[in-house]
Amino acid sequence: MLKQKLLILYAANSSLDSPIGAWSLYDGTGREKHMAGDADEPPYSSVLAAMRDGWRVIQLPQLRAPAAGAEHATAFLEYEFVLEKMVEADR
Amino acid sequence: MTAARRLTSLQMAGFVADGALRFDGIVPRALGDAALAELAGGGPPSPFGADPASPAAGWSGRPLAGLFRDWPALTAVLELPAVAAVIESLLGPDPIYDHHYAHVIAARNEWSQPWHADAILDPRRAAFDIQLCFFFHDTPRDMGGTMYLPGSHLRRVNEFAIARYQNFTAQEAMACPAGSLLVCHHGIWHCGQPNRTDRSRTMFKLRLNPRVAQRLVWDTADLRDLRIGKVLSRDHGWYGHEVRLEIANRIRLWRDLTGDARYDVDFWLTRIENDPLAGTSKPG
Repeated sequence: MLKQKLLILYAANSSLDSPIGAWSLYDGTGREKHMAGDADEPPYSSVLAAMRDGWRVIQLPQLRAPAAGAEHATAFLEYEFVLEKMVEADR
Repeated sequence: MTAARRLTSLQMAGFVADGALRFDGIVPRALGDAALAELAGGGPPSPFGADPASPAAGWSGRPLAGLFRDWPALTAVLELPAVAAVIESLLGPDPIYDHHYAHVIAARNEWSQPWHADAILDPRRAAFDIQLCFFFHDTPRDMGGTMYLPGSHLRRVNEFAIARYQNFTAQEAMACPAGSLLVCHHGIWHCGQPNRTDRSRTMFKLRLNPRVAQRLVWDTADLRDLRIGKVLSRDHGWYGHEVRLEIANRIRLWRDLTGDARYDVDFWLTRIENDPLAGTSKPG
């Protein structure tokens, strides 16, 4: 059966070819287990590079105007791209 | 006044930019061993999760001074001139005890704590608490220790809301020699790393609050050092093009810490504060 792997890439800006500053990988097959702090280098240099390796983009970050009075507030990473691969796996 | 030299303005600017300062080997090994023995012996009790009827439950909010008197090694650690000078530089005199906890990670613990910020989302703009993380024994990378993210402290998130994130390009693991200290702004993003060794890992964390306005309480002899602007402008990379927002927020904190309401770097805030129609000040 097919199972889903999710790769979440946090890009420098809204462009899919901008550099990656953070990343996460969640493997629905259970073959790989990833956790905080387990890698020093991102798996791809950009979202576009991941696409060229067969990852499908399933979420683009929305571009939102900042709230009035909080234009300089920072919190979560803004440019979160979610990608998937469906891979054959045992039940 | 402590005997050791307080932090310099350049070091303070580094704290404002990074949200952390690291001091390797600041605690002598014999004293660190004695502190570890006190912790292994069960003391001092932490108010975190303590029985409301226990004495420790009433510690939070009390002066730090003298609170650990029944644990002489830990008291001596906090009274080391170099350690006391760091605390005084960041908080001013007579800090308030918040809580402490001895984090012990068992041998062969392969699990990483998810990324998080401590306590709850903290809307204070200028005042900050500090968290002192003591690593009394050698902590090589395969033992952990605490991973932290330089430049994350001014981002307002609530505790484990950031747990989805796994890795950042600028993350740093506190792998260090015995007796090392990591001092963090309360907002720093961090996570305890796996301990893949055969020995348990202990990290003693102590959170302190300021009693006074945190303004020019460090060694200000170098306050006009032109390198301060460069330090405040550090780009840690992982937040991409938001670096200028980070710098703007650091400039605001630096203004609060120094009392210099016009301080700026590269005209970032001066430019947007120039609004003649609104009657606000113009540059110069």
